[in-house]
Formats: sequence, structure tokens, C-alpha cells
Amino acid sequence: MVAHLLKLRLLVLKNTLLRSPWQLVAVIFGGVYGLGLLASGGAGLFFLSRAPVDLIRTVTVLGGSILVLGWILIPLLASGIDVTLAPDKLRTFPIPLNQLLLGLFVSGVLGVPGIMTLLLSLATIGTWWQYPLLALAAMACAVVAAATCVVGSRMVVSLATVFFSGRRFREVIGLVALVLLLLSGPIIGTLTTGFGTASFSTLASYAEVLSWTPLGAVWAVPAELAAGNGITAGAKFLIAVATLVAATLLWRHNLAAVLVTPPHSTNRHTGAGARAGKLGLFARMPGTPAGAVAARCLTYWMRDPRYGRQLTSLLIAPALMVFYSILFDSTNFLIAIGPFLALTLSLAIFSDVSYDSTAFAAHLASGIRGIDDRRGRIVAISVFAVPITLLSVIVPIAFAGTWALLPAILGLSIGLLLSGFGLSSVTSATIVMPVPAPGENPFASRPGGGFSAMVSTFATWGILSLLVLPEIALLVTQLITGQLFWGWLALLVGIALGIVFLRLGVRRGGVRLDVRGADLFESLQRQR
Amino acid sequence: MSIPDFTGIEPESSWTGLKSDEAWPRQPALSIRGLSKRFGDLVAVDSIDLDVPVGSFYGLVGPNGAGKTTTLSMSTGLMRPDSGTIRIQGVDVWEHPLEAKRLVGVLADGVRLFDRLTGEQLVTYSGLLSGMDRPTVAVRVADLLRLLDLEVAAGTLVVDYSAGMTKKIALACALVHAPRLLVLDEPFESVDPVSAANIRDILAGYVKSGGTVIVSSHAMDLVQRMCDHVAVIAAGRVLAAGTIDEVRAGASLEDRFVELVGGRHHSEGPEWLRIS
Repeated sequence: MVAHLLKLRLLVLKNTLLRSPWQLVAVIFGGVYGLGLLASGGAGLFFLSRAPVDLIRTVTVLGGSILVLGWILIPLLASGIDVTLAPDKLRTFPIPLNQLLLGLFVSGVLGVPGIMTLLLSLATIGTWWQYPLLALAAMACAVVAAATCVVGSRMVVSLATVFFSGRRFREVIGLVALVLLLLSGPIIGTLTTGFGTASFSTLASYAEVLSWTPLGAVWAVPAELAAGNGITAGAKFLIAVATLVAATLLWRHNLAAVLVTPPHSTNRHTGAGARAGKLGLFARMPGTPAGAVAARCLTYWMRDPRYGRQLTSLLIAPALMVFYSILFDSTNFLIAIGPFLALTLSLAIFSDVSYDSTAFAAHLASGIRGIDDRRGRIVAISVFAVPITLLSVIVPIAFAGTWALLPAILGLSIGLLLSGFGLSSVTSATIVMPVPAPGENPFASRPGGGFSAMVSTFATWGILSLLVLPEIALLVTQLITGQLFWGWLALLVGIALGIVFLRLGVRRGGVRLDVRGADLFESLQRQR
Repeated sequence: MSIPDFTGIEPESSWTGLKSDEAWPRQPALSIRGLSKRFGDLVAVDSIDLDVPVGSFYGLVGPNGAGKTTTLSMSTGLMRPDSGTIRIQGVDVWEHPLEAKRLVGVLADGVRLFDRLTGEQLVTYSGLLSGMDRPTVAVRVADLLRLLDLEVAAGTLVVDYSAGMTKKIALACALVHAPRLLVLDEPFESVDPVSAANIRDILAGYVKSGGTVIVSSHAMDLVQRMCDHVAVIAAGRVLAAGTIDEVRAGASLEDRFVELVGGRHHSEGPEWLRIS
């Protein structure tokens, strides 16, 4: 059964790759990248064998913790994990739970990231090659560590799936956001201090703390043994094994729940409160085609977990900037929050039509003009994007007291937001992005989807940065000359150019939709 | 944008309906000429000609993969044909898509709905998208929800609807802007018998008042009872088309269909599937 599941997984992968050569390219790129990481990591671990035990422990614990954390967080925050063997699709087959668990586990290990992780973990043997017993311990720990990575990521995904099917998703989103905020500081801190300012003792104390947590315990065991701390080593190994067991049990529990949960098993709240007469936003927005699109999009921004996930990504930039400003004791970083949020928000509708999926047929069949479609979508996001942008520009500047920068930063942010809306209006009428289908787990992704999405995203960012070049130039001029005049000019240019690009983008995107709507729809259909 | 007035359009000789002695409208509700579509090596629709007269209740039947959905998708502007022309009441769908689409109500098969809206919101959305004003939409939405027995579920998210309810709400979306032509792909699939009867009544009334309906279906009995015209499609070609009586030629539609399409096996299934 396990071999069968594995075969299925590889077959699905093969067929997906054959269907789209770009995904093959993506997988090859991923493989090459992984090999590079593996080679450098392995070499590093081998050379570490000459280092003092303290240093070895600090490096392996920190690196290992990041690895485990990556496995847990990446499926939640970015696409990339391959869910071709989504357990809910195996629901109808009589597969014993434990065998299914094992099958999913093995197919998880035998993916590109799984193999890389296993090999990299095993490379810690190289660190201890002079001491055969320690090398043996390192090998055992490496296996436990790699297993924890895979099981941990599956557990997190299954947790998300269970929560999602209960539509208690907003809480989960909130939770993820909170975890992100809490963790992004220390992680970035560890990384930046590692390369720069902080002393080795700071890192060592981070490592000491982490080595008592599920994330880092397993990586510290060989070093503790080498230092002669047998009891500590035993305790940490116990923590590691307990982590693996707990994660496995939790995963098994969730998997069992998923297997008996039919799709859309949500509480069907028909009956009271489900009567007609509650139009929600449709009663508030103008009764025009564009107004209807705006109402629908805004409803989706509030109700659809996939949009919720997009909104959580808004938190990353402010968290980073707050952290940097603490780290370097400078409020300048806070000022960047406004432009960053404007950038993220303006490109948030960049794959709007892809999120519609084939429901876009409603637009296509109704004969709505493309320009109304574009307008509606922009109005919807503007409802929250404009206040957020303004606040995130003004509040940090007020906090830092650098009022002289306000006009220029405001100009840049407005320019980014409006030009980005214009640009998104064209791209979302042109490109179909690989996004999770409606009702699908918002964390689901397609293999290689990450790559093609990345290419178009970077291209869009590149174009957008060209569009706001005048604002950037004026901001820089003000910073160099210190003359406020340039700042005001930046504000003026930001608003004027932003409006021009917005109008241009909406018009071009609208025409594009009128002319090529059916072709876009065909791509949407092919995606499902 | 208001619905344009097409009364002034002069029919072109090459594609007008044959019965030119009839009073206006002379154009068929739907006129398809030389329509083709391939997907890679597969020819899904192979040079189809079809005329759907105004005021007819037209059934489109065919085996799985015959090209029904593809034909209907191209006729309603959802899929670009490789070649051929499609006119709805004289308006070329691919030259004047916006005008043509305003004349048609579509219930597409295998297409998602904006199912995070409530049923009432979804139908309202469809109405507003077609450019109707809000008071009119409100009245019609209320009527449709009542007619389709969806009043109690009006405030429920469509994602929580059963398959049959989802079909019905999609039908309401197709009807709300009072189109001249209704194109319904598998409208009765998974709809309960009572609702199906109600839907048939609504459609019959609509046809009687001058509207035109095209339905695709696998249910021969239903088509024979409900429709006045039928076209049998297989492998992307029209095998027979005309009034029900012309096509079935004395036999039942089902027998005639099997005769036309072929592929009927007479066996009892494999040995291992006989349980006792």
C-alpha cells in the first residue's frame, strides 16, 4: 500500500510535469538550487569538524531550527509544498489509517525538499567523523530531525485543512499572523546578527534557548555528548523524540478527521437568519455593473480565506521594519512601511481574475464592459487600501517626527498604489496565475506554480518600479539637497502620474478583457 | 447601456431562416454556420450548422463528449470558435459580443459560481452586471427565489447549497435579465422532480410569451415531452435536427437516438461483476 501511494505520487508529478513544460523547468531549477544548498551546507558541516564544540552546537542548533521552522511555516505562508496526494482525495478508498500515514510520510520524504533535508541532516555525521560513536548519534538525530521536518509540515497543513473545513479560518489567519509577528523578529535577528553586529555570545545564548525547544533540541544532542553532558544530551534527545511523536499523533488525528469529513461539511445554517432581504454590500455600493463588481469583490475580501491569506502577507513588511528599527535603533526603517504596504496592496489584485476561477463566466456571459469590471475591482480594494496606505505613511512619520519627509513619502506611496492598480488591471486581464481554486485549501499549491508565479510577479514589480521612477528620483533629490521643494514636487507628481497610469491601466485592461475575455476564460478552465 | 433595437436590421440572404413568409422576427433566435473547434488533436465541434427558430423550445441531445457544451459555450461567447459564425437574433456574437450577450441568459455546465455570496446576493449580482437598475433587480430576484423555492435559503451562502439548489440559483442568474434566448446546459441535472416540474412550467411560460430556450440534456424522455425541436449531436456533428416529430420519425426519441448514435452493447457486463 505504501509503495502504491508512492507510485501514485510520482505518477501524478510526472503527468503534471508533462502537461506543462514550465513546471518541469521550475522543478529542475528547484533541484539545481537545492543541490547548491546541499553542497555548500554539507561542506560547511564537514569543515565544522575542526571547530570547538561550542561553535558546532551554536551553528547546528541555529541552522537546524531554521530548517525545521521553514518546513512548518513555508506551507502556511508561501506556496511550494506539493499536495498532489491531498488526503481528502483519498477519502473514498479503504486505506488503513496507519498505512496512509506512512505512505504520505514516505512520499513527503521522497520529494525534492525531503531528500535535500534528509541529506543535509545526515551531513552532520561529517561534523563528527573523527569520533565514530558521536557520528552514530548524529546519524540517529539526523533521521529524527528529517522526520520531524516532514511530519511537522504535514501536521501544520492538516491542521490548516481541518480548521479551514470548519470555516473557522479567520481565527487561524489571526493566529498565523500573530505567530509571524512574534517569530519574524527573532528569526531575522538571528540572521542579521549572525552576519553583522552582535557577538558570538548572543548567538550562543539564542542557540542555548532553542536547544531546549522542539525546534532545536535534536540538533544539540551530538554536541552535548561531545562536551560530556550525558544527561543534558539525553534530555534533549527525549524532547526531540517527544516532538516527533506528538507531531505524528496530531497529524494522525487530523488525518482521521479529514478522512471522515465530506467536502463542504460545514454547518449549513439554513433556517433562521437565512431569509431574503440581506444584501449586505450589494445594497451599499452603487447599483451599477461596476458597483456590483465592487460589492462582490469586497465581500470576497472579507469572506474568502484565500483573500485572507493575501491580507496576512501585508503584515510581513511592517513586522520587518519594526524589527530593523529596533535592531539598528533607527526610526528611518519605520518610514518605509508606507511605501511597502502601498506596493503590496496595489499588487494584491494582480491575480484577481485567477481567484475568480471559472466563476468569471458570470462576468463574461453578462456582457459587462471590461472597463466596469476593472473599475469595480479597484474600488473594492481601495476601500481599505487607501486608508491603510495613508495611515501607514502618516503614523510612522509622526512617530519618528520627520515631518519633512511626509510629502515625498506620501507622493511615492500614492504613486505606487495608483500606478500599481493600473498595472494590476492590465496583468489580471492578461495572465492566469496558478492560485488555489475557490473553496480549496488556501495553502494548496501546484508544483512549479511557485516558479511561474514568481516570474510574472518579478516582471510586474520591475515594471512598477519603472512607473514610479520619477517619484523615487524626487525623493532621493530631496534627501540629497535637503530642500523640501522636491518633496512637494514628489507628492504632486505621485498623484498626477498615479492618476494617469491608473486611468491608462484601467482602460487598457478593460479593452483587453473585452477582446480577449474568452481566451482568458479558457485558460481559467484549463487550470481546473 | 440599453438593449439595442434590432428591428431595423435587414436579414442577409445567406443565413436567414427559410420561412421568409413569416412575420418579423425573421432571424432565428440562434443561427450557427460552419462552427468548428479543436482541442489539440481532438475535433470537438466539426463544422456545425444549426438554426434555432424564435419561440422554440429546442433540445440538444448527444452522448458524452459529443460537443454539446462546447457548442453552447461558443454560442454564448464563453469560448472562442476556431471558425464559423454565430448570430443571436441577427447579432454576431463574436463581432458584437456585448450586444449579443445582453440577449442571452446562460446556465453553463461545469462552471463555478461566486459561491461565497448568498443566493440572493448572487442573483442580484447577475442582474446588476447586466446593467439593470437596482429596484428592478430587487423585484425580479424576489420573484425568482419564490418561483424556484429558494426563499428559505436566500440568505445562505451558495457554497452550502445542495447540487440541485445550486442548479436552481444558477438558473435564476440566467433568467434575471429577461433574455430573449435562454441557453441552459444540463439544467435538470440533480434537480428534484418537484423543482424540475416547476422549472419546466417557468420555461414553458417563457416560451409561450415569445422567448426561446435551448437545453442540452441526456434525459430523452424529458426532451421528448418538453421540447418542440431537437438536434442530435455526436462526435461534433449534427446527425439530425428539426421538430421532435421529424427527428423521431415515429419511434421514441430514445430509440431513435440510439439508432443514430450507435454504440449500444448488448451484454450483461463482465463475469466478475455478477455477484451470485
